[in-house]
Amino acid sequence: MKANEVPQDDSILEGRRRACYALDAQGRYVVVASRGWEVERIVNEHAREALRVELEAVRLRVLAGKASALAYHMTACQMDCRLLAANTGLSRFRVRRHLRPKVFAHLTHATLERYAHAFGLSVAELTRLPGVAV
Amino acid sequence: MSVPRAFPHRHSGHCETGTLGALLRDRGLDLPEPLWFGMGSGLFFLHTGLLKVGGLPVTAYRVAPLAIVRTATRRLGIRMRYERFRDAGAATRRLEELLSQGLAVGLQTCVYWLPYFPSTMRFQFNGHNLVAFARDDAGYWLSDTVFEEVVHCAPEALARARFARGAFAPRGLLYYPEAIPDDPDIEGAIRAGIRSTCRQVLDIPLLPVGVRGIRALGRDIGRWPARLGVDRARAQVAQIVRMQEEIGTGGAGFRFLFAAFLAEAGLRLDLPGLQDLSREMTAIGDEWRQFALVGAHICKGTRTDAGAYQELAAFLVGLAGREEGLFRALRAAI
Repeated sequence: MKANEVPQDDSILEGRRRACYALDAQGRYVVVASRGWEVERIVNEHAREALRVELEAVRLRVLAGKASALAYHMTACQMDCRLLAANTGLSRFRVRRHLRPKVFAHLTHATLERYAHAFGLSVAELTRLPGVAV
Repeated sequence: MSVPRAFPHRHSGHCETGTLGALLRDRGLDLPEPLWFGMGSGLFFLHTGLLKVGGLPVTAYRVAPLAIVRTATRRLGIRMRYERFRDAGAATRRLEELLSQGLAVGLQTCVYWLPYFPSTMRFQFNGHNLVAFARDDAGYWLSDTVFEEVVHCAPEALARARFARGAFAPRGLLYYPEAIPDDPDIEGAIRAGIRSTCRQVLDIPLLPVGVRGIRALGRDIGRWPARLGVDRARAQVAQIVRMQEEIGTGGAGFRFLFAAFLAEAGLRLDLPGLQDLSREMTAIGDEWRQFALVGAHICKGTRTDAGAYQELAAFLVGLAGREEGLFRALRAAI
């Protein structure tokens, strides 16, 4: 790739630029700052769309009373039971149980705080969906 | 906000080589990024469904996180110190202690928790390297070399990023050079770097790695739509292209960075033949970019014909052959 061919598409970098290696007019490698490439925007959006679809499905399950708010926040932070268990020090079995609304409703404040900390939320935010009144 | 001390930040293609280069530049050893990449034998290829990230097969265009740092410094005789921690409090205290001594420190972090990243790029990934070089009342000054300028980061966010769990959990890892030889053997490290890159690309048996891995993926990918369904096939293609272009690779999954290394190595070892190989590596990188372009068309839905996957397959098989030829010639040249 030549320096003048480095793509400068408005991409996923939100105004920042990444360093690309490309050849200058003398055929030497130089670092060229790139605003982004259409290709990376397309594949990035593909991946994020999958996350959005999954999160919306979980949100509807929470609203229907089939899953706890914990399930929503776990998905929103791109975590699964395994990763959330590792981040809280709880067992995977317990995390999975806490995805059930009835079990989640009876958790102690200490356990809720561990979850809230893992997500970077307050306990109040943890126990409901964003944008839903208590 | 003013930066408390000058730090030789330089915009880099890849976080790990950028971080390593910046740490040593700060200590007086200033080498270009491609050299670190080559001396650390960073180039690789791996694609396997036996390991998964986010439910998708793992694809890697380079060696495991921190392997480049460990390998390159070992070859130059630089003594590094690595420290991991049990809890975030101890990790923070140690970082502050080192910064107050005026040292710059390499950190392993999780991208998801770094607030200065574009929101589009904040995924759960634990292998991101950066330099912390100063502390002020509001937080840390970081040289994150995939960005153009130094950045400022709140203490809570950095602590969280250093203590994220999961695959490649950093466990607060910090590292810095302890002793740097006066006259490091750069030429020797370049030769060793090239030899072991050739080995890991050409010689590893049985596993889907190196040129064998590229070829195996090429044989497999044409069957994905039929075997996995269109959605799943697309998701896997998107993941491959993301690993190649979205995370910091300098373009074409580190192939341009390696081409730059070959050019630099040719000058330092006085081997003009490496310039030809550098040009061939550039051409290979350009072909990887075309592969990515077709992949993007598939993901976007502008290519829905079965021929698109056959095209990807042909690219990969061709690339495997070209890379094999290049590394055989490189081995003979060194």
